[in-house]
Amino acid sequence: MSEVMLQLSGIDAFYGRIQALRGVSLDVAPGEIVSLIGANGAGKTTLLMTVCGEPRAATGQILFDGNDITQTPTHEIARAGIAHSPEGRRIFPRMTVQENLLMGSVANPGANQADAFERVFNLFPRLKERRSQRGGTLSGGEQQMLAIARALMSNPKLLLLDEPSLGLAPMIVSQIFQAIKRLNEQEGMTVFLVEQNAYHALRLAHRGFVMVNGVITLTGTGSELLGNAEVQEAYLEGAVKKVADA
Amino acid sequence: MASQPQDWSATLKESAITAAIAAALMFPMIGLYTSTRAGGLAIETRWIELAIGVLLIFLGRIALIRLRDGERLVPFVGGVFAVGLGLQLPLPNGLLTVCCIAGGAVVVLRSVVLWVGGKLKATNDARNSPPLAARAQLFLKQYGPWLGAAVIAFAIAFPWLPFADRRLIDLATLVLIYVMLGWGLNIVVGLAGLLDLGYVAFYAIGAYSFALLSSNYDMSFWACLPVAAMLAAFLGILLGFPVLRLRGDYLAIVTLGFGEMIRIILINWVDFTKGPDGISGIPKPTLFGLSFSRRPPEGTESFHQFFDIPYASVDRIIFLFYVALGLALLTNAFILRIRKLPIGRAWEALREDEIACRSLGLNPTNIKLSAFALGAMFGGLAGAVFAARQSFISPESFTFIESAIILAVVVLGGMGSQIGVAIAAILLIGLPEWFRELQDYRMLAFGALMVAIMVWRPKGILSFREPTLRLHEEDRGAKQ
Repeated sequence: MSEVMLQLSGIDAFYGRIQALRGVSLDVAPGEIVSLIGANGAGKTTLLMTVCGEPRAATGQILFDGNDITQTPTHEIARAGIAHSPEGRRIFPRMTVQENLLMGSVANPGANQADAFERVFNLFPRLKERRSQRGGTLSGGEQQMLAIARALMSNPKLLLLDEPSLGLAPMIVSQIFQAIKRLNEQEGMTVFLVEQNAYHALRLAHRGFVMVNGVITLTGTGSELLGNAEVQEAYLEGAVKKVADA
Repeated sequence: MASQPQDWSATLKESAITAAIAAALMFPMIGLYTSTRAGGLAIETRWIELAIGVLLIFLGRIALIRLRDGERLVPFVGGVFAVGLGLQLPLPNGLLTVCCIAGGAVVVLRSVVLWVGGKLKATNDARNSPPLAARAQLFLKQYGPWLGAAVIAFAIAFPWLPFADRRLIDLATLVLIYVMLGWGLNIVVGLAGLLDLGYVAFYAIGAYSFALLSSNYDMSFWACLPVAAMLAAFLGILLGFPVLRLRGDYLAIVTLGFGEMIRIILINWVDFTKGPDGISGIPKPTLFGLSFSRRPPEGTESFHQFFDIPYASVDRIIFLFYVALGLALLTNAFILRIRKLPIGRAWEALREDEIACRSLGLNPTNIKLSAFALGAMFGGLAGAVFAARQSFISPESFTFIESAIILAVVVLGGMGSQIGVAIAAILLIGLPEWFRELQDYRMLAFGALMVAIMVWRPKGILSFREPTLRLHEEDRGAKQ
């Protein structure tokens, strides 16, 4: 395994004629949690989607585990070991929790399904209780757990999480971030996280990136960024005091 | 239910408005009538029919308002009277007779429901329909396998039941063909969520494959069956490729065009398909080489000779019924099985969310193509049976209305529900045959039925989805 798991260099991406990403370069090392924060519309989700090949990077290169995946079809990127928990969760509402999870294991047919189930039920015991319930009838927090669990079912090397805190109560957000942390500490899972909730995301992360209008403007360790005056002013308003206290 | 003070002037006003709307609608449809005369068409008027129709609607509206206010006895008597009137009085038009009877029956039914429902409400304060649906679901969950077995047993015994005559068995065969078509289209529309308006193309391919292979190469029904299925499946893939990127309305338009294309090719490729003349003399299926004709060709034996029973022409129809039944059961078993396999779940996941599917490593191309191919395959099978039943096929049998009917079977049955589709096929194919006495108004009654289903069961007759896998521990009482 190389020192860098995911490396993006000089990525430009467009939606039609509108440029969403401008020369983005970043990297994620194995065993690391990396957070990308930024305002609404900064291009965070686009960046994650570009890693998955949709939209395609117009210029630049994406390396995963040393292989160029810039032009690989989306479904094969998933099979290469990148699991994506997309924005808005996108679970299958009419299918049960169990069926949703089974869909997650498609990308890795060789994996032991029973083990995978045990692993995600350990991480989110709530899902075990809800196994035969339809996805659409779960609460928002449970749906987010399901989305993450579904991504984990393929036993990926890299987990991409898009706004796991979206629309959730603060207590549930803490629960989910704790689970991500446990996943990283106990299993060494590499996580690339995109968040608007900068405080939580940066506290959790080893390293962070800040994106403004499709450009990476700042980078540093999680605590460096949390202490950075610019970041505090732009993204942390309410949370600044907490950091100062901590 | 407390009886509200009766406000006759409001009641009459509402009924009058309803009658006025009815009059405006019925004037062009019922009031005017084109008839052929020497020198062309002439328009005649039918004021009496129009007046009776409007009067019926006026009275019916009053009855419904009275029912709404909680009164039961008067509407009940009125409804019974209307039914009796419709049965006895020689109204000038068959449609009016039926409307009178049906309207009366509806009023009677509603007052009975109100009667019974009023008693039920004491114990059950929720509205009537949701618990009913939930109960039906529970009932099906518990007795589903038994119910299925009972239905199959009934279907097997059907030709031997006393009321089953030649015409009815033949009709049942047609219903089974549509059940098969419905199940096939259900893969594409119900499971994979791809709206296909050109499904008739595969039906046509199946029918023409059998017809052409048997008339040109003397191939038997059983040899043609897999070929027809495979050709249809191949065509399904062929259609699938260009529409991979399309969804919803756009997909519907392209598939609609595809259906028409196939029909137009069948009309115009005269050398090959005999064009609009169609293909006649399509042989009937045989039972292990035993034909069902009175005098089999030299060197072959027929069914009645082999078993040494007197010849009966109905045998052939019964046999075809069993062929259709067998193929329908095969279709059902196949679909029930494949739903539980990864590919079946992938179809449903694709219907739910294509982007999520892609991010999970599913290849939408393969999933869509397999749905199109398998759906088309069953269409092809049904087509071959259809050709065998008719003995004669022409492009006229494969117009857009067939696609629409098959789609209606799927939608009304409840997308994704096997039993629902079967019930809908019986309703939509069987009833129009019973409605035949209505002649021109057959399609009107058909439309009314569809509207009725959509009003009362907007998601289809049976619209709940059975999970593809169950947890055993949980079924045994550990539930919440």
